[in-house]
Amino acid sequence: MDENNRLIPIRSVYKIKGSKIVKYIVLIVWALTTIAPLLWIFVNSFKNNDEIIGSAFALPKAYVAGGTIFQNFETLKRFSENNIFRGFFNSFVISGSTLLFILVFASMAAFVLARFKFRFTKLIKAYLIASMLIPQFAVIVPNFIIMQRIGQHVSGFQGSYLTVIIPQVAGLMNFAILMLSSFMADLPKELEEAALIDGASIGKIFTRITVPLTIPAFVSVGIMEFLWSYNDLLSPLVYLTKRYQPVTVLISQVQSLYSTDYGAMMAAILITVLPVLIIYIISQEYVIKGLTAGAVKG
Amino acid sequence: MVLKGKKYILLFLSPAVLLITIFLYYPLGKTIQYSFTNYSNWVPKFDYIGLENYKRIFTDSVISKSLINSLILLAGCLIVEVGFALVLAVLVDSIKKGFRFFRMVYFFPVVISGAAIGLMFYLVFQYEYGMLNSVLATFGVEKIVWITEKSAMFLVLIPVLWQYVGFYFVIFLTAIASVPTEIYESAMLDGISGFKKTIYITIPMIKNVIVTSLGLVIAGSLKVFDIVFVMTNGGPLDASQLLSTYQYQQAFVYYNQGYGSAISVLIIVLGLILYLVTTKLSQSKDELY
Repeated sequence: MDENNRLIPIRSVYKIKGSKIVKYIVLIVWALTTIAPLLWIFVNSFKNNDEIIGSAFALPKAYVAGGTIFQNFETLKRFSENNIFRGFFNSFVISGSTLLFILVFASMAAFVLARFKFRFTKLIKAYLIASMLIPQFAVIVPNFIIMQRIGQHVSGFQGSYLTVIIPQVAGLMNFAILMLSSFMADLPKELEEAALIDGASIGKIFTRITVPLTIPAFVSVGIMEFLWSYNDLLSPLVYLTKRYQPVTVLISQVQSLYSTDYGAMMAAILITVLPVLIIYIISQEYVIKGLTAGAVKG
Repeated sequence: MVLKGKKYILLFLSPAVLLITIFLYYPLGKTIQYSFTNYSNWVPKFDYIGLENYKRIFTDSVISKSLINSLILLAGCLIVEVGFALVLAVLVDSIKKGFRFFRMVYFFPVVISGAAIGLMFYLVFQYEYGMLNSVLATFGVEKIVWITEKSAMFLVLIPVLWQYVGFYFVIFLTAIASVPTEIYESAMLDGISGFKKTIYITIPMIKNVIVTSLGLVIAGSLKVFDIVFVMTNGGPLDASQLLSTYQYQQAFVYYNQGYGSAISVLIIVLGLILYLVTTKLSQSKDELY
């Protein structure tokens, strides 16, 4: 039966006069609240203070006149130690490594939880998943102390990338274990069985069969984990020395750094937000699937 | 298929188990331990002082302020992030044009970092160059000092709520879409439509998702930190202080690790109680139907 034919009568009953217009007004107004601040930031990051105050919603004058509009980005470049572009680089190093470790370790654990049946499978799974309930701030003081201890023995460790990558991997991997193991459990087992009969080792089955089949789940879980790591403020704020601070920490300090240079602040926001928005727009379906699957299932 | 091989089980599970044990469960225990000590200034020598930190919680006026603020935030999140998101989801589900556009746009704030949102709204409410005052200026109205001791808490509430409406909106939208069409058809034959349809069919059908979302909202609202930290840093005069920002301040600004840990324990216990109450309430409603 054609599904559209069934839907039309229901929806037409739904259409009370004028209600459609009200609906669209509500929806458009909310859409404006999500777009307007971003547009405002975008336009004003190409202006100087006088222009921001004088004509906040107009196009940048320099752009209209054909001059340079990147003065705010030049300002951001000039701060050597807190250079926002350096922070950007740090963000990608930290979140990239965090993502890599999470995907490797979580997929290994998920594979065992989905495919091996032994006495403690359920118990270990519950133990790993229940750690999702432990909030970051409940562990940050002891973890900071652990990092300091390691730093006393390993030179160059304290304040380095690893001090934030390790707790992030531990804190975020439980979500990946949950999602990947339920995805792997739903995979057809015939391929793996055939490979086993052909004498393939379990390691080979994992890398050659299970992992390639799990790639769709890797993508949506991966994007989410990357975004969470990239957007995290508390742990980089606590663990890292200035050199290694990601863009979120710089954003949180930009008020005191550029005190009254509003154009520079807007440019800083734009630089932080733009890559994430681009990643999101490209991979929308995966992001939404990855984020909502857990909640709707539960 | 059941695979066997102890070697692989051990090899594959140990990184995850070790990391989660060492950096989540062990420190959680440590936090509880520190909450009974006078640990401060990162000096690893400390004494057990019994319930002193917890007694201090009851007499600390900033705690009562931040507790009230955290509860205001929670109430706001429950009403707006669940209530308003549900309204938006029902509306978007009922339209034909623009479905994908609204879903994409509403989710924008969810993917942006809280720090950037905090700074963005700091600039929106800023006196001289703020977006709101620019709007007022174009209409010739005099500028307003937006962030004051009275208004601060409600102003930080706006970006917090704004950020996560899109998240729950998408969850509800997905849930509504998975309600079988047959149910709506039989409802239509019974003459139920429009607003009634939403109340009597859609909402009961996605009840489980709503309950799960309530749990997520409770956990999430107690974790709110970035936006408030960047926008007001709990000020002015602790007016927008939350338990989370106060905990950070005690542990990392005043170097009171012991007291900070006690605040962490308070937040966890509060979250657990609220969570249990919600699940209990949603279960007892079940029996009414």
